[in-house]
Amino acid sequence: MKILVAIKRVVDHNVKIRVKSDGSGVDNSNAKMSMNPFDEIALEEAIRLKEAGKADEVVAVTVGGLAAQDVLRTALAMGADRAILIKADTIPEPLSVAKLLAAIARSETPDLMLFGKQAIDDDCNQTGQMTSALLGWSQATFVSHIVLDGDRARATREVDGGLQVIEVTLPSIMTVDLRLNEPRYASLPNIMKAKKKPLEEMNSADLGIDIAPRLRVIATEEPSGRKSGITLSGMSELIDKLKVEAGVL
Amino acid sequence: MAILLFADHDNDVLFDQTARAMTAALQIGGEIDVLIVGKNAQGAAQAASHLTGVRKVLLAEGDALEHRLAEASAALLVSLAPHYATLVAPATTSGKNIFPRVAAFLDVMQVSEIVEVVAPDTFKRPIYAGNAIQTVQVTDAKIIVTVRTANFTPTAQDGHAPVESIAISDTPPLSTFVENRFASSDRPELSSARLVISGGRALGSEENFRRLILPVADKLGAAVGASRAAVDAGYAPNDWQVGQTGKIVAPDLYLACGISGAIQHLAGMKDSKVIVAINKDADAPIFQVADYGVVGDIFDMLPELESKL
Repeated sequence: MKILVAIKRVVDHNVKIRVKSDGSGVDNSNAKMSMNPFDEIALEEAIRLKEAGKADEVVAVTVGGLAAQDVLRTALAMGADRAILIKADTIPEPLSVAKLLAAIARSETPDLMLFGKQAIDDDCNQTGQMTSALLGWSQATFVSHIVLDGDRARATREVDGGLQVIEVTLPSIMTVDLRLNEPRYASLPNIMKAKKKPLEEMNSADLGIDIAPRLRVIATEEPSGRKSGITLSGMSELIDKLKVEAGVL
Repeated sequence: MAILLFADHDNDVLFDQTARAMTAALQIGGEIDVLIVGKNAQGAAQAASHLTGVRKVLLAEGDALEHRLAEASAALLVSLAPHYATLVAPATTSGKNIFPRVAAFLDVMQVSEIVEVVAPDTFKRPIYAGNAIQTVQVTDAKIIVTVRTANFTPTAQDGHAPVESIAISDTPPLSTFVENRFASSDRPELSSARLVISGGRALGSEENFRRLILPVADKLGAAVGASRAAVDAGYAPNDWQVGQTGKIVAPDLYLACGISGAIQHLAGMKDSKVIVAINKDADAPIFQVADYGVVGDIFDMLPELESKL
């Protein structure tokens, strides 16, 4: 059993991003960057499956600039066996990323591919599902529990209204939700060891895939802010305001 | 050209999010067909036929479609796609599960969670947890969008569109349904409720969450939400989570109790009409978006609120 984990380098979730004043995009030139939090959960699950003897090899893969080596090193320090960087000057759209990852999946032939359910920068929630489509594999999205069983797997999904359990045929693509696990921190000895683990680099162009964007970004703007409100003395005044002033009760 | 709206429903009942996505479809403009994928789904199909502006309802029923699993649903949508210029779905867990799969099959880049229709091929959508709004234009031959339903009102329901059953092809399933574990509740559904009360980490335990939040919710007839911190700590189930990675809500009243107001939580509720924050930390960021703030201990405030309502 080989598991391929797709990860993305994103602006750290604690950073409050700034929109450029000319509307041309988001300024994250000096922002702290991290592994997308949901991808950390995906990677943690893969490592746990290996530690439980259910998987033999965990491979982390990302698409990005040279700087994305840092999240791959983190992945190796957490416990991935090796890593693949598909170099691209700008981060391609999810459809293009899915095509690149599908190409890697065809050569690596994993039994299971794990993704975070969404990246916290573009909030698209697409790449896993798209990769699954391109490969013609089964998919289980928003997964909070995984049980592997031979050539099948049982996944518990977080859906509107509660949980849904489905069974998928392997190979499969799963995108993971928050409650699947709590990712570990890499220990210092493991960070040192990770420096010696293999990190393969290739160019997106070498995979023969057109990654030109399909969406034209016309503008990026600040959301309209809310007017600051008023402080009330207690519950009686609150109920009064909600009934009389706001008219919502 | 025509628009196909993928409906969310549970076979019996058409979900409110479908009527909201219908409003977005009407703004895009064109003849709109609604697709009901399911089994024994006459109830949902009839409800869809009443949505104002629907040309016809397509009803696709089969064992493999009963629970709208991704592979079978996507295959069906792909087979219908040649007849439509635009495919629309509400950004519910069903829409989010199925639509990117359809988009990839059609080699189209999907526009996720639109909050505004600027032109038939141009949409606004939030990025970075709603801290920026991007306007994007589709250059693909087909347009595939999911709709953030909190930003659209439900369409009216005085239509009488015909319901047409469509044949489905049988393909061996890549995945099979095992079970749904849905907690039944008499409270309104979180995504479309008019009133929402949410609890945060300050509640301290699941027991406190239930003891303090639920009575107020029931007095108000409100849906119950929770911050990611409260869900992480196990105080509330995940399908109550409001935020960037949970549910996006925009009720008339959002009552945030013991919630500090992390960026990712604000992303899920800052479009609410009226926001109330109760928190003992006067510097909590939640107060920056609240219309009414009360600085105080929720353990005193919530029982008092419940008794005075």
